[in-house]
Amino acid sequence: MNYFAIKMIMGDRLKYLGLLLGLTFAATLITQQMGIFLGYTLRMFSFITDTPAAQLWVMDPQTKFTEDSKPISDTAAMRVRSVDGVEWAVPMFRGPLNVKIPGGQNERCVLIGVDDGTLVGGPPKMVEGRIEDLRQSDAVVVEEKAARTTLQVRETDGSLRALRVGDTLSINDRSARVVGLCALADAFFWEPVLYTTYSRALNYAPPERRQTSFVLTGLKPGQSVEKVAKLIERTTGMSALTNDGFTRMTTLFVLKKTGILINFGITVALGFLIGILVAGQTFYNFVVDNSRHFGSLKALGLSNRRLLGMIVLQVLVVGAIGYGLGVGAASVSGTVLRQIGLSFILPKELLVGSAVAMLGICLVAACLGAIRVMRLEPGIVFRGN
Amino acid sequence: MTTLPTPSTAHSSRSSAELAVHCKDLTKTYGKGDSAVRALRGVDLDVAKGELLMLVGPSGCGKTTLISVIAGVLEHDAGDCVVFGQSLQAMSASERTRFRGHTVGFVFQAFNLIPTLTIAENAAVPLLINGVPRREAVDRASEILTRVGLGARLKDLPNRLSGGQQQRVAIARALIHKPRLIVCDEPTSALDKDTGHSVMELLREVAIGPEQSLIVVTHDSRIFEFADRIARMNDGQIERVVESHLEL
Repeated sequence: MNYFAIKMIMGDRLKYLGLLLGLTFAATLITQQMGIFLGYTLRMFSFITDTPAAQLWVMDPQTKFTEDSKPISDTAAMRVRSVDGVEWAVPMFRGPLNVKIPGGQNERCVLIGVDDGTLVGGPPKMVEGRIEDLRQSDAVVVEEKAARTTLQVRETDGSLRALRVGDTLSINDRSARVVGLCALADAFFWEPVLYTTYSRALNYAPPERRQTSFVLTGLKPGQSVEKVAKLIERTTGMSALTNDGFTRMTTLFVLKKTGILINFGITVALGFLIGILVAGQTFYNFVVDNSRHFGSLKALGLSNRRLLGMIVLQVLVVGAIGYGLGVGAASVSGTVLRQIGLSFILPKELLVGSAVAMLGICLVAACLGAIRVMRLEPGIVFRGN
Repeated sequence: MTTLPTPSTAHSSRSSAELAVHCKDLTKTYGKGDSAVRALRGVDLDVAKGELLMLVGPSGCGKTTLISVIAGVLEHDAGDCVVFGQSLQAMSASERTRFRGHTVGFVFQAFNLIPTLTIAENAAVPLLINGVPRREAVDRASEILTRVGLGARLKDLPNRLSGGQQQRVAIARALIHKPRLIVCDEPTSALDKDTGHSVMELLREVAIGPEQSLIVVTHDSRIFEFADRIARMNDGQIERVVESHLEL
C-alpha cells in the first residue's frame, strides 16, 4: 500500500503543492536563519581563531569577552613564565585607537601589539609583505579587507583608492607606516585591525599604568592545559583560559547581551510554526477531502496501524522533498549572502538540526491527519451517498 | 434454491451450514436518551449461500445499518449476527478488520474509487490489503477488469470512465480477493436503466457462486427482478421476505 499512499498524496496536485510549498518554506527559513546565526556566532570569536599560537589566554578576571580586555600589569608575562609547565608567555596589547588616514579622515581601529621578539600573536596570513617587516621602524600591518574599504585613501582629486603598502598613517600624532597587508577572518565586531609590535603599540596608545591586554601562553610538551591554567590562576590571581574556554565565554556573553539568539530564535521558531500551520492544515484538508477513501480502505480491511503508516509515509515523503528543496534554496541564498558580506555557514550539524525540525513538523502534520483517520468509522462509506 | 422461506418469514429452513448470514434479534440504537434512534429493532434474517438477497424499504428504515452490521463495519448492540459461521459480536475490532479483508466485498453507490490511482490499481487494493505483492495484485486486477469488459482501460484514472464503467471497476474490486459475501449499497441508483441492468447482470454472473452470497440494498425497483429473495424493511424490522418483486 505504500506506493499507493504516495500516489494518493502526489496525485492530489493542489494539496501536494500546498504541502510541499509550506514544508519547503519552513525548511528554507529554518536552515537559512540558523546558517546566518551560526555564521555570526563563528565571527564572535574570530580574534581567537586568528591567534592560533596561544594555548592559554591569561587576562584580568573581570574580562567578559574578546573586546573587553581589561589592562593587566606589564609584568604579568614574566609572572606567568615563572609558573611550572609554562614554556613561553608573551604580552599582547589590544585596544581601540583613532587612526588618521592619508587624505584626512579618522577611523576607529583595533590596534594589536604583538611580542617584539617572537612576533607571536601576529597576523595569521599575510597577503602582502612579511610579518617580519613589523620589526622595521613605525611599521604596521593592516587588514587587507579594511584597506580596500574603511581605510580607503582619498586622493587630492577626490578619488578613492585602497590603502597600500608604503602609505603612512597617523596614530595619536605618531607616524605609522604600512609595511604589509594581512587576511583575517570576518569579525562580528567589525573594526579595521592593525598589527604592530607590543612596545610600539604602547607608544601609540594613550599612557596608562597598566597596558597589557592578554598574556599569550604556550606549554611545555606533555603538560595538561587545564592543570597549568589552574596553576596560573592560583599563582598570579589572573584568569587563564584555553582557546575553547575563551571562545565559549565570548560567545555566551555576546549571545546574552546582544539578544541575537532571541532574534534568530524567534525567526526560526516562526519558520517552525509556519511549517506546522501550513503543512498541518494542508495535510488535514487532504485527509478530510479523502475521508471517504480512507473509510473505504478501512471497510476493505486495512488496519489502523497500516493506515497510520500510510499517513506518516505520505507526510515524510513530501517532507523529505520539501527539506531537500528548502536546504537547496537556503544554500543558494547563503551563497548570495556571503557575496554581499553577510555570514552564512551550512555545517552538517545544521543540516541534521533542520532535518530534525522538519521531522517534527511532519510528525505534527501527520498526527493531525492521523487523529482524523483513526477516528473514522469504516461505516462512513455507507453514509450520505 | 430449493427450500426458500415462505414470503412472510425472514428465516430459512436451511441448516446453519447452508447459511451465509444468520441474524437473530439484532438491535442497534444510535445516540442516547431523548435523541436515541433505534435503527434496528430485533431483526431476524437469513441469507443462504449462493443467494442474491435484496433489502428494500423506505429511507431511514435501517437497511444501511443492517448491511453495515452484517459487513462488519458497525457494531450492533444486541442479538446474534453470524456470517459464514463466524459470530461478529465475538470478534475484536482487529479481528473484524481482518474478517472484512478476507470475507467481505463492497460495492458502494458512489463507487468510492481512489481518484489518483488507475482503475487496475483501484481494483488491486483488496489484494494489497491482504498482503499480495503489488505487481501480482495489479496483474490479477487486470485479469478481472478484462473479465468485466474494461481490459482496454486499465491505465485510465476513474474520472476518465463513465458511471457504469466506474461501477464495473468497483465490482472488480469487490470480487478480486474472492470474498464469500458481497454487500452492495445502492449499486445502480447513480446509473441509468440500461447501465443498471448490465451492472446487475454482471453481478449475477460473477459475484454469486455456491459459496458466495450477495446482499443488495436498493430503492431501485428496476432491478428487483434480479433478486432471489427480497426482504422489505420498515422501522428497523424485516417486514416481509418475498421471492418475487411481484409479491411486494
